[in-house]
Amino acid sequence: MSIHTKKVMKNAWRITKHRDLTCLRIRVPGGHLPVKFLPLVQEIAERYGNGTVHLTTRQGFEVPGISFAKMAEINHLLAPLLQELEINRGVSIDDPTKGYPAAGTRNVSACIGNRVCPNAVFDTTTLAWDVEKIIYPNDPHVKVAITGCPNDCIKAHMQDIGIIGQVEPLYESSRCIGCQACVKNCHKVSTGALTFENHRVKRDPKRCIGCGECVLKCPTAAWTRGDQYFRVIIMGRTGKKNPRIARSFLEWADRATVLKVCSNLYTYIDKYIDRSLPKEHVGYIVDRTGFSIFKEEVLRDVTLLPKTRVAHFIDFGGYMYDRNIHLE
Amino acid sequence: MGYQLSRDNMNQLLLALKKDYKIYAPVLLPGQGRFSNTDLIGYGEINRIEDVVFQQKSYFSPKEVFYPITQTLFYFTEDEYREPQMNPKDIIVLMRSCDIHAVTRLDKIMLENGPHPDSYYLQLRSKLKLVLLDCPTSFDNCFCISMGTQRTENYSFSLRPDNGAYLCDVKEDFAGLFASLGKPLQVSPQFAQQNNQRVSLPEISENLVSSLAFHKLWDEYKTRCIACGRCNTSCPTCSCFTMQDLFYEDNPQCGERRRVWSSCQIDGFTDMAGGHSFRQDKGQRMRFKVLHKVYDFKKRFGLPMCVGCGRCDDVCPEYISFANCVNKLSDALQEVQQHV
Ligand code: SF4
Ligand code: SF4
Ligand code: SF4
Ligand code: SF4
Ligand code: SF4
Repeated sequence: MSIHTKKVMKNAWRITKHRDLTCLRIRVPGGHLPVKFLPLVQEIAERYGNGTVHLTTRQGFEVPGISFAKMAEINHLLAPLLQELEINRGVSIDDPTKGYPAAGTRNVSACIGNRVCPNAVFDTTTLAWDVEKIIYPNDPHVKVAITGCPNDCIKAHMQDIGIIGQVEPLYESSRCIGCQACVKNCHKVSTGALTFENHRVKRDPKRCIGCGECVLKCPTAAWTRGDQYFRVIIMGRTGKKNPRIARSFLEWADRATVLKVCSNLYTYIDKYIDRSLPKEHVGYIVDRTGFSIFKEEVLRDVTLLPKTRVAHFIDFGGYMYDRNIHLE
Repeated sequence: MGYQLSRDNMNQLLLALKKDYKIYAPVLLPGQGRFSNTDLIGYGEINRIEDVVFQQKSYFSPKEVFYPITQTLFYFTEDEYREPQMNPKDIIVLMRSCDIHAVTRLDKIMLENGPHPDSYYLQLRSKLKLVLLDCPTSFDNCFCISMGTQRTENYSFSLRPDNGAYLCDVKEDFAGLFASLGKPLQVSPQFAQQNNQRVSLPEISENLVSSLAFHKLWDEYKTRCIACGRCNTSCPTCSCFTMQDLFYEDNPQCGERRRVWSSCQIDGFTDMAGGHSFRQDKGQRMRFKVLHKVYDFKKRFGLPMCVGCGRCDDVCPEYISFANCVNKLSDALQEVQQHV
């Protein structure tokens, strides 16, 4: 059997522990899938696979137990799914009957957002589609996830780029009855950005993370929702070397900034990736170049809002396994 | 006298009225809903008839227009005080039948409860003209019919959209505006004929109040209610307030006294000097509220306080139904009556 593993993997098929079997990976950008595609997934799993699917942490499907010989046939079957989930949303794929054109840049995942969740500050799914359009298809190994509020149910903190919704709460003091529900709640579940002074609520904008809890709790709509913004956190990762949580890079950024940063990231990678390695994950590139070069590259041609805050320095931390060698 | 007005004429009428009145109605407040990308229907000033939301119930009641959430009663310096200037214009408020009844409930508390009428309330109240918004159908959670508030005669004119025009039953023409802009037509306002929610009001005799007050029916609210106060702040009949003295930060010798709505469901309502709070238990707060709305007020003024607008049910984040609770109270009353 002759298999060009690199081509196969780029086409979103896995090399598995079973020498003659592969596994199909299906992207579901934003994690929201029209159910009409479920029969297709079922058909592939039943006709070609072992009758099961695995739901991945990135909100895709993996369909295991498929013979390599069937890849082309199944790629054909996938065309309507690629058409609707990718091409119709603006992703450029030349020929949808040939399967996925790239697999390095992973599915853009998103929490359920404000289609359902009362905490959500915005519609995470459509932003996921917009990001997918910008970063896919692409080979570099990049993980992006989008979450509706700082609860971060999608674990944006474990991604190369995590995008967290923010809302600017607006206070109308003439509607405030001084119940302090907002103050107590911000203190208990969020950042303690609110204080009650002189019968009025004060917000410390430096502390506020724009979670919207104050708006949710106010019984008189003295707090309402102002504009939507985003916090961009970067270079979180799992992995064998130095697992770590993502850190804040931008706060109170607008949508255009977020999208531009995502596209600039690829220019940065292209410029600095170590091509002697089979692949280099973006976090390790940043480890090599340092944060300031990363920052310069991804903010190139970005017009930041006056209120956008940018990190000057990031101590990514995390831990190294070899540092723990002395531990028993 | 009934009139039909085209949209343009209605807008001309509003424009003419706006010379002497500020006109308030349920309006769409885009993006002002609690959840992101949701709207709020609240009371706001209107410029054109198209601003009025006819098809939905407002989240907040019209009460805030003439009984503001916060109201500065006077400004003070070290040795004198001054009342704020009143806007010279009178106020027209478009509201539904239940809300018009609610105005009369507030009148009772604010004007007839104490030895003197509440002068701050009276100031705004005496500026008020009521316009009836018809209810061709009722909304979720409305139980006006159970409360007998679905009809009213207490309005200057009634208003409903009808095939791109507007139909008004006019009891009080404003300087002949209707006569000059409208086409005479037989109009009777449409009132709700049917509610999905029915409430049976308990007829509580005084000797049974205490057994009901200690009934187990209140227990579930201990854990269900989160004391958010939305049932109070959306209610057209809640009238409680507290006083605040605000000292200006840059000049603490000066300040203002304001009165601010308060809520019997929220922590702190019954706090007294010394830190004692006599209704910590949310079940007991529910008891206080419900009995006040359907029993205590009625005992004093001869009619229940609640007008069945159903807003408390619309807004409760814990899906606690006031209507349901009153029905439970009626059941409990029967049960208690059988045991006497
Ligand atoms: S992250 Fe926030 S918005 Fe998203 S599902 Fe969790 S709580 Fe809801
Ligand atoms: S929750 Fe609303 S009413 Fe209560 S103190 Fe905060 S702003 Fe004021
Ligand atoms: S948005 Fe969140 S962090 Fe900011 S003041 Fe409101 S509750 Fe606090
Ligand atoms: S108690 Fe509820 S139903 Fe009754 S008037 Fe108040 S908000 Fe309306
Ligand atoms: S709205 Fe519901 S949860 Fe909030 S105080 Fe009223 S009954 Fe309790």
